[in-house]
Amino acid sequence: MKLKLDKKDFKPFLQSLMDEYDLFAPVELAEGVSVFKMIDQPGEVHLTELLPQKPAKEFFFPQSEIMFRYEKIGKQKQMISEEEVKRERILLGAKPCDIEAISIIEKVFVGEEYTDVYFLEKRKKTTIIGLGCNHPLSTCFCSSTGGDPFLRAGSDLFFIDLDEAYFVELLTEKGMAFHKNKFFKEADSKDLTLVKELEEKAFEKIGYSIPVDGIEKRLDLMAESSFWDRVHEKCIGCRICTYLCPTCHCFDIVDEDEHPRGKRVRNWDSCLSPLYSLETSGHNPRPTCRERTRQRLMHKFNYFPKNFNQVACVGCGRCILYCPVHFDIRQAIIATSPKRPRRFVGKRI
Amino acid sequence: MVIKKAYVETTDRMLRTLELSFLNEEEARAFHFVPGQFCELSIFGKGEAPFGIASSPTENGSLKFTINKAGVVTTALHHLEEGAEIGIRGPLGNGYPIDLFKGKNLLVIGGGFAFTTLRSLIAYLLHPENRSKVNEITVIYGARMPGLLLYREELTQWEKMSDLKLLVTVDWGDKDWKGKVGLVPNVLEEVAPSSENTYAVICGPPIMIKFTFPKLMALRFPDERIYTSLERRMKCGIGKCGRCNIGHLYVCKNGPVFNYTQLKKLPKDY
Repeated sequence: MKLKLDKKDFKPFLQSLMDEYDLFAPVELAEGVSVFKMIDQPGEVHLTELLPQKPAKEFFFPQSEIMFRYEKIGKQKQMISEEEVKRERILLGAKPCDIEAISIIEKVFVGEEYTDVYFLEKRKKTTIIGLGCNHPLSTCFCSSTGGDPFLRAGSDLFFIDLDEAYFVELLTEKGMAFHKNKFFKEADSKDLTLVKELEEKAFEKIGYSIPVDGIEKRLDLMAESSFWDRVHEKCIGCRICTYLCPTCHCFDIVDEDEHPRGKRVRNWDSCLSPLYSLETSGHNPRPTCRERTRQRLMHKFNYFPKNFNQVACVGCGRCILYCPVHFDIRQAIIATSPKRPRRFVGKRI
Repeated sequence: MVIKKAYVETTDRMLRTLELSFLNEEEARAFHFVPGQFCELSIFGKGEAPFGIASSPTENGSLKFTINKAGVVTTALHHLEEGAEIGIRGPLGNGYPIDLFKGKNLLVIGGGFAFTTLRSLIAYLLHPENRSKVNEITVIYGARMPGLLLYREELTQWEKMSDLKLLVTVDWGDKDWKGKVGLVPNVLEEVAPSSENTYAVICGPPIMIKFTFPKLMALRFPDERIYTSLERRMKCGIGKCGRCNIGHLYVCKNGPVFNYTQLKKLPKDY
């Protein structure tokens, strides 16, 4: 069903959502900087062409999350389960790369043998409204990792910014529930043409591809390659690439004791930290940045595909954008390939 | 679970065994495990850490863990008194492939306090119901000093048994020590058990494993008949938190028991 939402109706539409749902959407922190947050006022929402600084994964897998609390009752400490998610939730304005990343994390957290209840509950109670990416950045390479700026997969509803209005597609059962929404109008053929134009423009903007295809096989032969002796050299181990990566999902579990009660918390962790794999004995299986960088890249492009038939990278480019020493994951990918992509050579990145 | 009994194993007082009993019958009945699996033990306010199960499934009603005092959680576990309650998650991991051992000889090689899950395996196989599953059992167990050997009473019993051949060795003997003196790989070379129809199970410090593998190769043990149990820093124990991977496998979920064929294919991240 092809619909549209006039921009003048956008705020009332958001208000109507917030009456029923908890809303998580991008807001503008400063000029050019947007982040996702729980929305209190419809006016805050800023569906930006920018890529929000932190990925939308934190809506399902928060940076710091209480698993349970405990309290000393009598002589023993008793476990108190954390409250469930009460309201249905909406994630609005996530770009296709972030949405694809959520389905990647889901593969890990919702498995055949063990399921992560904290993630699953949030995922089940969430409706996702994706936003077409009209202006990919120079660091974007989603079309190389199997995505595209207008990939609908994973979204329940999909918005495309047509300047005057949002073009709206209802994609899943959860999305179809909105078909009677009073703010949605029928879209016409002019809108459809506009959508097509925008899609083509976005593709053109990316305009290059890097050799992600076949990388799993190439890396199979490179586990002990001298490649790893060089590729890590400029990394200072700050870990920002892993924290801002929409597919990175490692966490640490710690107890925070405030006698006589406390909580067990899980926090985002990073394989680029020396503490990550350091054992109590002092032995560290990944003692230097070389092994840690290898772990980061191999996990994304070799180990993960082996387990889930998909690379754990969606090409959002955040790790390139925010790296303080300009480590470019695209160059690392290209370096694994004997074939240099023609359109990429000479392009300054 | 409740700490039913706790005792220090070694003269350096760094290793303490906890015998835990279930809070009720129902939980005890629901808990099934195989030797080689591990559990996450937890103390509220201190945290959680993984430990191999040292008791055998044939020893009903309680679980045994031998804990090396090293960090926050293990130190707290050393200080808990009998009667204290602790949290447990498990059993986790794959355990030793006992079905594969059926009708075969078994060579068990252990070093230091990594002997815990091997103790589980041996106790399980020595049980009258299971003894007929495997043919000869040879155990080589080494520690740095006689005082650091685990389960000493049990070792004395095993030494007397005709059901298994036990060789206990220490790196440095003392004046009372009448047994073997020598490093585990050297003792293995000296004993030179036949690899015919035999599986080898090794568990010990990395340095011991490093020198034992070549000796097993020399004895013509094929890669797929050498099993070892790995250790890594772990948190979740169920393949989610990410930190214990070696290549595409997780030690917590796909291991901790791997054979040498598998290990050869993986990066040396352990």
